[in-house]
Amino acid sequence: MPKRTDIESILVIGSGPIIIGQAAEFDYAGTQACLALKEEGYKVILINSNPATIMTDTEIADAVYIEPITLDFVSRIIRKERPDAILPTLGGQTGLNMAMQLAEAGVLEECGVKVLGTELSAIEQAEDRDMFRTLMNDLGEPVPESDIVHSLEEAVAFTEKTGFPVIVRPAYTLGGTGGGICENMDDLNEIVSSGLKNSPVHQCLLEKSIAGFKEIEFEVMRDANDNAIVICHMENVDPVGIHTGDSIVVAPCQTLSDREIQLLRNTSLKLIRSLGIEGGCNVQLALDPQSFQYYVIEVNPRVSRSSALASKATGFPIAKLAAKIAAGYTLDEIMNPVTGKTYACFEPAIDYIVTKIPRWPFDKFESANRLLGTQMKATGEVMAIGRTFEESILKAVRSLESSVYHLEHPRGAHLDMEEIEQEIRKATDERLFFVGEALRRGVAIETIHEWSQIDLFFLHKFRKIINLERQLLDHPFDAEKGRKAKESGFSDIVLARLWNVTEQEVYEWRTSSGIIPVYKKVDTCAGEFESDTPYFYGTYEQENESEKSGRKSILVLGSGPIRIGQGVEFDYATVHSVWAIQEAGYEAIIINNNPETVSTDFSISDKLYFEPLTVEDVMHIVDLEKPEGVIVQFGGQTAINLASGLEERGVKILGTSLESLDRAENRDKFEQALSEMNIPQPKGKTAFSVEEAVKIADHIGYPVLVRPSYVLGGRAMEIVYEQKELLHYMENAVKVNPEHPVLVDRYLVGKEIEVDAISDGENVLIPGIMEHIERAGVHSGDSIAVYPPRNITREMKDKIIDYTVRLAKGLEIVGLLNIQYVISQNELYVIEVNPRSSRTVPFLSKITGIPMANVATKLILGDTLQNMGYDTGLAPEQEGVFVKVPVFSFAKLRRVDISLGPEMKSTGEVMGKDRTLEKALYKGLIAAGMEIRDYGKVLITVADKDKEEALALAKRFSGIGYGVMATSGTADFLKNHGIKVEVVGKIGSDGPTLIDVIRQGKAQLILNTLTKGKQPQRDGFKIRRESVENGIPCLTSLDTAEAILGVLESMVFSADAMPKEA
Amino acid sequence: MKRQLVLEDGTIFVGEAFGSEKETIGEIVFHTGSSGYQEVISDPTNYGQIIAFTFPQIGNYGINRDDFESIQPSIKGVVVKEAADFPSNWRSSMSLPDYLKQKDIPGVCGIDTRKLTRLIRSKGTMKAAICGMGENVDILVSRLQAVEFPTDQVKRVSATKPYPSPGRGKSVVVVDFGVKHGILRELTKRGCDITVVPYHTKADDILALQPDGIVLSNGPGNPEDVREALDMIQAVQRAVPLFAIGLGHQLFALANGCKTVKMSMGHRGSSYPVKDLETGKVLFTSQNHSYEVAEGSIDAKILSITCRALNDRSIEGLEHRDYPSFSVQFEPESSPGSEDAKFLFDRFLQVMNEENTSKGMVDQHA
Ligand SMILES: Nc1ncnc2c1ncn2[C@@H]1O[C@H](COP(=O)(O)OP(=O)(O)O)[C@@H](O)[C@H]1O
Ligand SMILES: Nc1ncnc2c1ncn2[C@@H]1O[C@H](COP(=O)(O)OP(=O)(O)O)[C@@H](O)[C@H]1O
Ligand SMILES: [Mg+2]
Ligand SMILES: [Mg+2]
Repeated sequence: MPKRTDIESILVIGSGPIIIGQAAEFDYAGTQACLALKEEGYKVILINSNPATIMTDTEIADAVYIEPITLDFVSRIIRKERPDAILPTLGGQTGLNMAMQLAEAGVLEECGVKVLGTELSAIEQAEDRDMFRTLMNDLGEPVPESDIVHSLEEAVAFTEKTGFPVIVRPAYTLGGTGGGICENMDDLNEIVSSGLKNSPVHQCLLEKSIAGFKEIEFEVMRDANDNAIVICHMENVDPVGIHTGDSIVVAPCQTLSDREIQLLRNTSLKLIRSLGIEGGCNVQLALDPQSFQYYVIEVNPRVSRSSALASKATGFPIAKLAAKIAAGYTLDEIMNPVTGKTYACFEPAIDYIVTKIPRWPFDKFESANRLLGTQMKATGEVMAIGRTFEESILKAVRSLESSVYHLEHPRGAHLDMEEIEQEIRKATDERLFFVGEALRRGVAIETIHEWSQIDLFFLHKFRKIINLERQLLDHPFDAEKGRKAKESGFSDIVLARLWNVTEQEVYEWRTSSGIIPVYKKVDTCAGEFESDTPYFYGTYEQENESEKSGRKSILVLGSGPIRIGQGVEFDYATVHSVWAIQEAGYEAIIINNNPETVSTDFSISDKLYFEPLTVEDVMHIVDLEKPEGVIVQFGGQTAINLASGLEERGVKILGTSLESLDRAENRDKFEQALSEMNIPQPKGKTAFSVEEAVKIADHIGYPVLVRPSYVLGGRAMEIVYEQKELLHYMENAVKVNPEHPVLVDRYLVGKEIEVDAISDGENVLIPGIMEHIERAGVHSGDSIAVYPPRNITREMKDKIIDYTVRLAKGLEIVGLLNIQYVISQNELYVIEVNPRSSRTVPFLSKITGIPMANVATKLILGDTLQNMGYDTGLAPEQEGVFVKVPVFSFAKLRRVDISLGPEMKSTGEVMGKDRTLEKALYKGLIAAGMEIRDYGKVLITVADKDKEEALALAKRFSGIGYGVMATSGTADFLKNHGIKVEVVGKIGSDGPTLIDVIRQGKAQLILNTLTKGKQPQRDGFKIRRESVENGIPCLTSLDTAEAILGVLESMVFSADAMPKEA
Repeated sequence: MKRQLVLEDGTIFVGEAFGSEKETIGEIVFHTGSSGYQEVISDPTNYGQIIAFTFPQIGNYGINRDDFESIQPSIKGVVVKEAADFPSNWRSSMSLPDYLKQKDIPGVCGIDTRKLTRLIRSKGTMKAAICGMGENVDILVSRLQAVEFPTDQVKRVSATKPYPSPGRGKSVVVVDFGVKHGILRELTKRGCDITVVPYHTKADDILALQPDGIVLSNGPGNPEDVREALDMIQAVQRAVPLFAIGLGHQLFALANGCKTVKMSMGHRGSSYPVKDLETGKVLFTSQNHSYEVAEGSIDAKILSITCRALNDRSIEGLEHRDYPSFSVQFEPESSPGSEDAKFLFDRFLQVMNEENTSKGMVDQHA
């Protein structure tokens, strides 16, 4: 069928902010789709609240709306733009649910908007657990014994029938939010109630547990002519019971015979056909390891995380083709974009093994519950390709950047057998590494299988790795064994450790004995047809397929897996850098290992190497490609951290030199530099012992901000207000010693300012200055940023500009830099300078129209700002107000303290823009998923030091008719100042406590600044978690509260009675 | 132990031995399925071939009792990147290397099979040998270039005497050019009362069995080498419905005046897209052939083309204009690979039914 001509404009709904379960994969899908539709000449209208995405670039869609994805705002845009059609299946669960709401609200009908691709009825049938179950029964496809429940009573009744364990799966949620496995009544109580809360339709599926079955995924596509194909099948190393998003996944299936594959293939195709899906779809199945018995777990009637993985694993661009199908084409009309010679209506054949490992945020959240289950907890993932499973999994392991390079665990050696057994039985994110330890101690794979249910095939492969490790120990520099090790994916770091020599020595020995990798093409057809896709992976084989082109090339390092502190914004910068390099006439080569991203779409760069981001792996590519140099400043900390290792091996780092990078990052050198430029910095010193820390603190005065010097980022950073706290921190949070000193800084109470700038060494362009709503002390990534700044004087602004320019020049920055300042008692201090792209680069680029990553790249390649028409100083400020609001995934992370502090906790962000701050904030907060009620009750429980401030807020709350509730202490204080307060009991007190208030949803907003304590037993912690579990906004910074109050005040009319006449 | 794979063009690959350690010579071809090696290895169509698997890890789920396509595998060798020494699957009864040892079939692993595949893609299928490191390669290469492969492969894999596979449904005679168990399985599944007869059985002897239909099976080698079957086909297609598969399809074409040619590397994989020219739909088919019916050699008055490969447009299916006979180049029985085309066996049964009724016979089996 030819393309549809009855439509001209198409609305695409994005997936909003990055949250656990919905990461960069939808930027990849959305971008591909938009470009594919534009290619067909349609007018593409895009809505997405996430500014850090490529898809929200004005080049990607014809009309881009960075607005909240809510019924309200989307309807408004539809009424304004009057699109002929809507494409709902590319924006993840968010886009899907939005489309459903639009349909139910009758907006689509009202505006005559056709739904492209899969029909909404089909989507509903797949998403609604009940309708889906019915369909399965009609089709005679097996599903585990299950029942739909709408209440706890029904749930109990079900378990009386089936017994435990049962699993709870809420309808219309993503990443299994609120679901879980129940072993007993207590679990049932907790999980079912949270499940019902999380399901927008208050519906859960209760199901007999089939944990332990093989979990298999099929990625399938279908067109309107009923052609249906399987793109890829994947096998979870972690059996059913652990969410696919949290499982190690291998493509293609490894342990299934052809009959089993065909059985599940037939089922998958039957499902996509009977659902009438037009586009891509993901089918999850469970297969009994001991028979042909299988069950259908679920169908996702849209592109998904798995389809992004399948696209990168096979080279087959699913989202792009889904868009073409939506536009009316059939698969047999479209060319396979990879070969260009064959048709898209085919099933990729692959001649390598792909492994995906999730990336979890537990390094940031020590207190979090690491147990993996049916609810996803990972923020991102890495993928690796190899010619054997061993090679691909070990490449994936070192891609994680969790400072593990092998199947081993830092604590492994210290644990006894029982502990290791426990670790393996309870399946945390670290299980893989403990399995390695167990094998190292000679535990039989059958035993480990019994503990973990992991298939013997994989366990045997792990055992091979450990055995080889032993042989290597006894045969240092043995060419044959060394080669075997490399073929099995061992990194030089590991070989160096086994042979106790330096990594450098191993590298030199290896290259001189000709043990170097070759690069093979990902071509969708296992070499059967020619293809000229520039998509490669490295492996230790004979034939190299990656030929160096004649052109001058530049190598760009990507940013690896999405994690807290390093999100999609760095992929945004990487991609823009690639484009700029091409504009400048060079060949752009990229290395990255994140399958979710736009940067790993082979059509973006001239050459894509899907490889781990370690010095070793990068060097191999450098040796082959001999690029002019390497650009590290767009790939976040990942790329920056490789700079020194690369330069040591003679690689040219382009842009800001290694020396300058070091001067910005090394604390002492940085201090030095600042004092030379006489730019003030918070007083601080390095303590090598507890006593010293105490002395320093006394000297510079409390409150102080303490952090270990040896971890980057805000990790383990704390503000302490008195000696007692300091000692507690020194005892518990860090182990201070001469190797691992602790930094003690004066904590400056004041306004935090963030600036991004671009420098060519001569001139320094400052696209914008951002002012934070929350005072310094809340990580810049977690605070609401406002552009343009509103509460700083002209003089202060000039000072900021002056400092920024001098810092850029003084640190000899070429390219981007990001600075955080604090204004305290009218003095400006520098908190830190990041000599690289930052979280706010896409935000500012989009506001100011200055393509920052592009400009920076051009400068790095030798161009000048003036030449590009920019002057030194602050770019003219834009009309309107723009806010960046952080988004958190706390609902998915049990036991994590949500209180804001110097450690970053947010997973994503949204942008709100409008004419006034209040309106912009309103949009931002709504887009971030907060419900803003213009009446209701606020529950206030604050620390003594905050009571004065809280009082002012309480006044204003009651001023707009909000009821005020508080616990006794706070209540008395407020009462004494003439505020009407409803007292609620503290936790444990008899009568209704605040926990009941929260559970029964009697409060719409909670203000809590009790303790910064990390120990769950603290009351404050309970309160905060309780509000998360119950989906009630809980503010831990009075500044955020005040901002929201401002919004509320602007929404409602004041409710003050007339003053009494005297 | 190290072994070498030597190709007719002089290319040498060095790898490790597995399976039998004897020297072997055959025609080297590659198969792109990531599963189904047991079926491929035991498929009589592959007689005399050394099979290279493009998927790097072969043998993961072992060898089981159920998935053979013939009792005695007739391939000459197996080439892989890695042969699984530790299979894992509930049906697995032995490892691939053990099986090949038992059947005295040599294998070589540790090969850059992608390099090999790309070589075959550019030069076409070649003669090759798997041998020890001692062999003098130059001599071996000239031997390879000189060697003539037998032209009687069908004779070697076909049944020597007729045998029944009783059922209560349609009576079907399967002419065995190297029949895969999959074909018999599909017919049996549909209740057919099967008689398998040797490839050289005469038309009269076949018709004497009063079949409701005849299946011309798959088989190895060049259809031109099985000319003795053509008279039979011409005779039987007049009398009863005929369903021809693989080599059978090529012979059906020859019998009706077409020519066949050797393809440069053939089609071997689990999932080849084939377009049904009538419905415009694409089905995914399991394929395994080196020869094809020559484009333009078809007399449109006799045969019509029913389907074509989506990519190289090669002829995948034919239908007789006057007789209820049809044929496909691919393997509708799958095993291994896509099962999209199994419905063709139902169609065959349907054709047989229609024939009986149109012939006014009462269908005693329906
Ligand atoms: N009946 C079951 N027994 C045990 N585990 C299950 C069962 N059903 C699903 N799971 C596990 O829960 C995970 C999430 O379930 P799924 O329905 O896919 O939710 P989501 O929509 O979040 O992907 C699955 O990946 C699987 O591992
Ligand atoms: N001396 C200080 N006074 C007040 N707040 C500070 C100080 N140092 C750091 N912070 C707060 O801690 C946050 C994180 O500190 P920063 O040095 O930027 O670490 P990161 O490398 O994680 O960005 C900052 O955004 C700021 O809010
Ligand atoms: Mg799922
Ligand atoms: Mg910072």
